[in-house]
Amino acid sequence: MSAGLAVDGAAVSLGGRRVLGGVDLRVGPTESVALLGPSGIGKSTLLRVIAGLVRPDAGTVTWDGADLADVPAHRRRIGLVFQDAVLFPHRDVAGNVAYGLEAAGVPAAERRSEVARLLGLVDLAGYEDRDVHTLSGGQAQRVALARALAPRPRLLLLDEPFGALDRDLRERLGAEVRDLLRAQGIPAVHVTHDDQEAALVADRVVTLVAGPVGATVA
Amino acid sequence: MQPPPAWWFAALPVVFVGVFFAWPLVNVLHRGLSQEGLDVLRSSATWRVVRFTTVQALLSTALTVALGLPAAYAVHRLDFRGRRLVMSLLTVPFVLPTIVVGAAFRALLPASAQGTLVAIVVAHVFFNLAVVVRVVGGFWTHLDDRWEQAARTLGAGPVTVWRTVTWSLLRPAVLAASALVFLFTFTSFGVVLVLGGPTTTTLEVEIYRRTVQLFDLPGAATLCVLQILAVLLVLVVAGRLQRRLTVTQRLTRARAATHPPRSGTDRAVLGVTLVESLLVALPLLALLSQSLRVGDHWGLDWWRALGTTGTTTRDIAAWDSVRVSVTYAVAAVAIAVVVGGAASCAIAYTRRGSALLDTGLMLPLGTSAVTVGFGLLITFAVAPVDLRGSWVIVPIGQALVAIPLVVRTVLPVLRSLDPRLREVAATLGSSPARTWRTIDLPSLSRALGVGAGFAAAVSLGEFGATSFLARSDAPTLPVQIGRLLARPGEANSGQAAALSVVLVVVTALAVLATEKLRHPAAGSL
Repeated sequence: MSAGLAVDGAAVSLGGRRVLGGVDLRVGPTESVALLGPSGIGKSTLLRVIAGLVRPDAGTVTWDGADLADVPAHRRRIGLVFQDAVLFPHRDVAGNVAYGLEAAGVPAAERRSEVARLLGLVDLAGYEDRDVHTLSGGQAQRVALARALAPRPRLLLLDEPFGALDRDLRERLGAEVRDLLRAQGIPAVHVTHDDQEAALVADRVVTLVAGPVGATVA
Repeated sequence: MQPPPAWWFAALPVVFVGVFFAWPLVNVLHRGLSQEGLDVLRSSATWRVVRFTTVQALLSTALTVALGLPAAYAVHRLDFRGRRLVMSLLTVPFVLPTIVVGAAFRALLPASAQGTLVAIVVAHVFFNLAVVVRVVGGFWTHLDDRWEQAARTLGAGPVTVWRTVTWSLLRPAVLAASALVFLFTFTSFGVVLVLGGPTTTTLEVEIYRRTVQLFDLPGAATLCVLQILAVLLVLVVAGRLQRRLTVTQRLTRARAATHPPRSGTDRAVLGVTLVESLLVALPLLALLSQSLRVGDHWGLDWWRALGTTGTTTRDIAAWDSVRVSVTYAVAAVAIAVVVGGAASCAIAYTRRGSALLDTGLMLPLGTSAVTVGFGLLITFAVAPVDLRGSWVIVPIGQALVAIPLVVRTVLPVLRSLDPRLREVAATLGSSPARTWRTIDLPSLSRALGVGAGFAAAVSLGEFGATSFLARSDAPTLPVQIGRLLARPGEANSGQAAALSVVLVVVTALAVLATEKLRHPAAGSL
């Protein structure tokens, strides 16, 4: 039994097509892993399986040895940052960051100070009342990151979160996120298709390659 | 290279709508705001009608939305066998002529339920379920499901996700559907005329009663004005709410993934939807069975009776109204396609005033058909232009209702036409007129065909305006059905049912032909 995340033989078919085939993955309790591989190989699907958004057809996902099969996404305490921020369009910046805190029943006063603290962490102090449509791509991703960190996840999944940004910004944000996660002691799986970014953000790099039955870990 | 000048096309629709819609409307306002007319507002009976109209519309809307939401979800987000069939079943009622809906519930409901609020509300729910399923479902299909996923990874349970994300984003669509259903049920005529009773009557039916039975034209005109004001009020309030609730959001172009019903909630929603789609079939089956039920046995007596003339001298054989309906439909389609096509071109080509023209042409759609018919009646049934002796006033009234639909079909196609095609034609020496004929018109032919199909369906089923305008010796199918339903006795209701089946078949043919045109691939091998 291993501490942290263990994925064993995860396989997913969608509409009769294998999109993920028998993947194993280990992530230690404070480890940051970069997941590399060409597009279409199933990296995003793997993250969705870990988050509990997609039910695998085969294989298991465990945390500290406990099977997560019957734990729904909202009880897994596994955060996910999407490629394009996917901020709630009907809430302002503070409303987005506070979302997970509300779901956890954190009182309003405490929520406010926590939102302020998180926005400070991602360098957006004072942005509480901003309409999310007025944010730049980089700012939106920072808000998405703060939102994902708010409910104190035990693991954070990042699905090419800076893929849409230009290279300079991507590297700067990558380094910031790495330092931030290290400081908070949160393990992470960071999907990317950029070798340099992978080396920058992660302690360890795992590559998915196409196998005879879909993607497997090389 | 400019497109052809807009005024080439604007003249015809402006004159048509001005003469046959605006002028009658001015007449209605003039009569309705006269002292004679305003007296009707002093009667407590009038306010009882207003109250009942509002209450039944609110109840119908609430119930339609409550039943429509699960169905919208099931049909657009769940993956199950027979999804398309369920979708079609739920959509069919909306294309039925209102008089047929009335006749079907007359056949289905026990005598004790006739004339009650319940009968009217149930029929309205049946008729409008498709509006909620289509409007809300269409929006739901393109709602990015990653917002819900993001909420789940942030620790929100299913109920919280629904409340804080899905419902918040869906609200504008639900509101839009509710406003539509409210307007349809508030201005409902055919259904209430057939199913309502002395105490369960709406403004529309009261306008008809005052015109046809009491000859109180000023009073009827005042009620029309009241009706117009109420519709405007609803539109303004709905528009306000809509603006306040609407959230700028990027709808995904792709359809959000459907999933098999796994959770208990999904299964329950699917169950409700399946039951609803089966219930929707009941009134139509009742109609069919009534047309074949003679006393205590089955037979074709009522169908045969359609070919014989009635007892009163002015009656024509029921079958003859098929001929009348088809003749009027052909004329109405021709008018609607020519006027609506010209209007589309005018709107597409004009730079200034296109919004004004567009809105002006949509007005007949926002006005109830009863008001359109009543306006035409008081304007053209008097000297010097007594068109009531002439049959053309009927297709003109029907075309007014159909033109907005033709415009909505043709305009998008015209707007999507690559302007560089016209430039190429011009550089090849083509005059503006020839360019229009050779470039614009061919691309419009299919859209005009679809518009013609809509116009045909509208004309065949139109009851509100037609019941004011049809000559008594030339009733259309819906008018003839209405007459038969108004008479007592099994023979009359049996014939009404048979004739309703005929009308459904004729309308279905028009709708199917339209669908074929819309999806050419579906028709060809």
